[in-house]
Order: sequence, then C-alpha cells, then structure tokens
Amino acid sequence: MPVCRLPVTKNPRNKKSCLATEQSVAARCPFCLTPYMSNFIVHFGQLATGLGAWAGVKTMPMHAYANPARFLSIARPVTPWLFWGGLVLIVLGCACGLFLTPADYLQGQTVRILYIHVPAAWLGMGGWTGIAIAAVMQLVWRHPLAAIAGRAIAAPGALFTAICLVTGSLWGRPTWGTYWQWDGRMTSMLVLFFLYLGYIALGNASASNGNAGGVSRVTAIFGLVGAVNIPIINRSVVWWNTLHQGPSITLRGSSIDGAILWPLGLTVLGFSLWFGAIVLMRMRAILAETKVEARMQRLARG
Amino acid sequence: MNPWPFVIAAYALTFAGTLGLSIAAWRAMRAAEQRADSLKRDR
Repeated sequence: MPVCRLPVTKNPRNKKSCLATEQSVAARCPFCLTPYMSNFIVHFGQLATGLGAWAGVKTMPMHAYANPARFLSIARPVTPWLFWGGLVLIVLGCACGLFLTPADYLQGQTVRILYIHVPAAWLGMGGWTGIAIAAVMQLVWRHPLAAIAGRAIAAPGALFTAICLVTGSLWGRPTWGTYWQWDGRMTSMLVLFFLYLGYIALGNASASNGNAGGVSRVTAIFGLVGAVNIPIINRSVVWWNTLHQGPSITLRGSSIDGAILWPLGLTVLGFSLWFGAIVLMRMRAILAETKVEARMQRLARG
Repeated sequence: MNPWPFVIAAYALTFAGTLGLSIAAWRAMRAAEQRADSLKRDR
C-alpha cells in the first residue's frame, strides 16, 4: 500500500508518530481509499500553505495555541466566564421569551418554543462545522489540539441536534397536527444526529489508540465528509417545499416581528457561550486524562 | 389544543439536557484534573 510521507519531512519532530499513523491507517482501513483521501488532503494542505507563503502570509496564528500548556493558561480562566455568562443569558432570554413577548397571531403560545429551537438548530449545525474545521486543521496543519477539539465538540453538538429535533417535534404537534414528517429539513437534521453518533463512537474508539485523546485521521475525514450535510440542511426548505416553513431569519433580515424576535438574541448568545464552555471543559478533561495516561505508561515502563 | 404542555415539555427537556451535560462535563474535567495534579504531586 503506497503511503505518502511528504508531510513527515516537513515535520521532523513528529516523524515517528506521523509515519505510524499513516501506516496504521493504511493497514486497518477496509476501504483502500482512506489513505489516498488522507494524502490528497495533506497535498492540498501543502499547496495551500505554499500559496500562503508565496502570497506573503506568515505563520498561522493558530499555531501560537498549539502548545497545550499555553492553551490551558487561557482556557482555565475563560471557562467559568463562558459558562456562567452563558447560563445567565439563557435564563434571561428564556424568561423574557416566556413571559414578556406577545403570543403569535397564528401559532399562539407555541411560538415560545422558537427561543430554544432556533439556537439548538444553529448550534447543532455550527458544532458540525466546528468539527469539519478541526478536521481540516488536524489533517492539513497537524494542529495538536484540533483532534481533541473535534472530539470535545461532538457531545454538545449532538445534544443540541437532539434538542432541535425534540423541540421541533413538540412544536409540530399543536401547529401542524403531527409530531413528525419525513420532510427535507427534519430528515436532514435527523441524519446530522446520526452523523454525530457515528463520530462520537469512532472518536471514542480511536482516542486511546495512539491518538493522544484526540480523534484519528479516519474520524477526521468522516467529520469532513459529513459536512456535506450542513448546506443540505440549510437549503432543504428552499429545495423541497414540504411541511417545514421557509427560512425566517436570513442575512438580509427576518420575517418575524421585532416584538417576538428580540429575546432570541439573548438565547442564541447564551447557548453559544455555554457551548464554548462545555467544549473547553471537555478539552481540559481530555488533556488531563492524556497526561495521566502518559505518566502511567512511563511508570509501567519503569 | 392547549399549547402550554408542549411549551413546558420543550423547555424542561432543554434545561434537563443542558444541566445534565454541564454536570457530566464539569465532573469529568474535575476528576481528570485532580488525577493529573495528584500524579504531579507524587512525582
């Protein structure tokens, strides 16, 4: 099986581990395309880096945070601010949405589900976008924290996708008369939830298998390929005109009246901050577990 | 159809999920960092 070793020469410090990862991927993958895909992405990354250097772009700023100790020195003080700030905004936004805004003339009180359904949908999709970005950073630039970030994002992303599906279903029963319909938006969102489950299973299985707590390259490729579902979810209500309503909030504005819309800003910001806090907590946990594992292995070797 | 049971159920499930993941993530982080710190002290 031909294995590309070009990136290894660019990164002599990681020579051994990079080669081992490439070879183990080539040996384990039942579909021979995986190492080729991986190599294609690495070549693409080299081309991008080369073009960047040619265009005068210097070192990527993200590499400044490649050191886990430096990352932790920032993550430790930021985590409680994100967590408590997010929680306060969530409670405030939900209280305003439940008690201060008027009922919709057509949907009545059920419109109040909007304040949790919309942030959940956006963060479910945003979470997978984060996984795809982390996958690119892992595969192309071999950023040491990207694999851990991808794994840390998966659980809150899956939770928000599940919340989106359940709250949408609860909104659908009194509004549409049904909990579920196999329409484009709902089905593509359900596919996203299954993608999250697959990613979490793959990530957990590969994390302790020589990947230092992060996801493997195969899992990262899965995360990257799964990103094709994000534009499908986004455009589904335009492409397939079924039960789910069309886009209400776009870059050009919103079709929802301002009197109903305003608490949504609070809940979107609150849930986003909370999402960030959970990702940082999970990254800190994975980094600490990896440290303990490495120490135990050193002790076992004597 | 009374919409409030649906609204309350949606909010209750969201808060339960948010709270559950918060506690799980915090406990996992605290336990892992305490283990790492205790190993550092034993060194």
